[in-house]
Amino acid sequence: MSDPIPFRPYAPGSQPSLDTPDYVTTRKRHPLRAPIKIPHTVTETTGPVFSQTHFPPSVDLTINTTGQKALGERIVVAGTILDEDGRPVPHTMVEVWQANATGRYDHPGDQHDAPLDPNFHGAGRVYTDANGRYRIVTIRPGAYPWPNHHNAWRPTHIHFSYFGPAFASRLVTQMYFPGDPLLAFDPIFNAIPDTRARDRLIAAFDMDITEADYALGYRFDVVLRGRGATPMEA
Amino acid sequence: MGIATASQTIGPYWHLIEDKDWADLTRFGATGDKIVLTGTIFDGDGKPCPDTCVEIWQSDPPTSDTFPGFGRANSDATGTFRLTTIKPGPVAGLGNAQQAPHIAICLLGRGLMAGLVTRAYFAGDPLNATDPLLSSIEDPALRGTLIAVADGPGVWRLDIRLQGDGETVFLDV
Repeated sequence: MSDPIPFRPYAPGSQPSLDTPDYVTTRKRHPLRAPIKIPHTVTETTGPVFSQTHFPPSVDLTINTTGQKALGERIVVAGTILDEDGRPVPHTMVEVWQANATGRYDHPGDQHDAPLDPNFHGAGRVYTDANGRYRIVTIRPGAYPWPNHHNAWRPTHIHFSYFGPAFASRLVTQMYFPGDPLLAFDPIFNAIPDTRARDRLIAAFDMDITEADYALGYRFDVVLRGRGATPMEA
Repeated sequence: MGIATASQTIGPYWHLIEDKDWADLTRFGATGDKIVLTGTIFDGDGKPCPDTCVEIWQSDPPTSDTFPGFGRANSDATGTFRLTTIKPGPVAGLGNAQQAPHIAICLLGRGLMAGLVTRAYFAGDPLNATDPLLSSIEDPALRGTLIAVADGPGVWRLDIRLQGDGETVFLDV
């Protein structure tokens, strides 16, 4: 059996350092030893495939079991998931979660003094289509304080989780909003060395995704790792 | 050519997408040698790390309608995770090499800017001696951080230390 085609290494500067002292919790959680570089085997080049039967999609986060609509500015977030060679990543599961319009998560661990919305839980799951496209409907989340440093506020963001074709293509990230003045102060966003890589986490306002009389639209395109060059032919 | 999108921490509220059922990879009826993989995650001060998202992936047994191969568990207030799965067999390595049975682990959590990847091998497996990764690690103490130990019938324990004394060997994949 021929060896699996490995995924390419991450581009220099494109990924945050695990050791990001300005994000205080990383100080005791980043390994001190360098990781061991291992060649990709079947363990790394294969990954889970989620069936919509077992894991049904829930595209609209503004509609809940309560039957009432969530409060806040309704938005559509849509985009395309490509690999590093520009190929669409089809039929892959995308997980989404976020705070509500007041900047509060529907989670007991979040005790920020801002109201919960009984009609907004803030979690969803969608699948890309054959062309790697996805779309969700949600509420524009609020900014919220966090205890990292004095007067620390997270910029408005939506959490995204992607699987792609393999264990090695797993990605968890956050989508930010254009023009957010808090971005300049956020140690998590600024942990990415390359400013271009950083800026690609900022969604673009998009009139084509905006739906008349319904919701503003934002485009958030994502690139998952691509395969390296084909190994030398035997 | 594109460049892969940057990682950001999964944060403390990933529980909004947590489904406790995902910690049991046998829930769809998989048969085989059912095991529990458990362990405690510690930070650089030796304090347990709760709220970590512990994801596992194994390419053996092959995925099927009854076995997803992928699981996800929370680490609880004591930093302990617990997953139920089918014990994997050996899988192909590169060339003619064979890899000892192992489970890939990805830790995501507050304070982790990206996923931390490691593996759980099984103590006492005769194939460990010839596994390409294990045999590439000369220091037995380091190698041991990748090897789960029996902790009762069908229970395998792999504690994970993120930083400092006994620091787990993490993998650059």
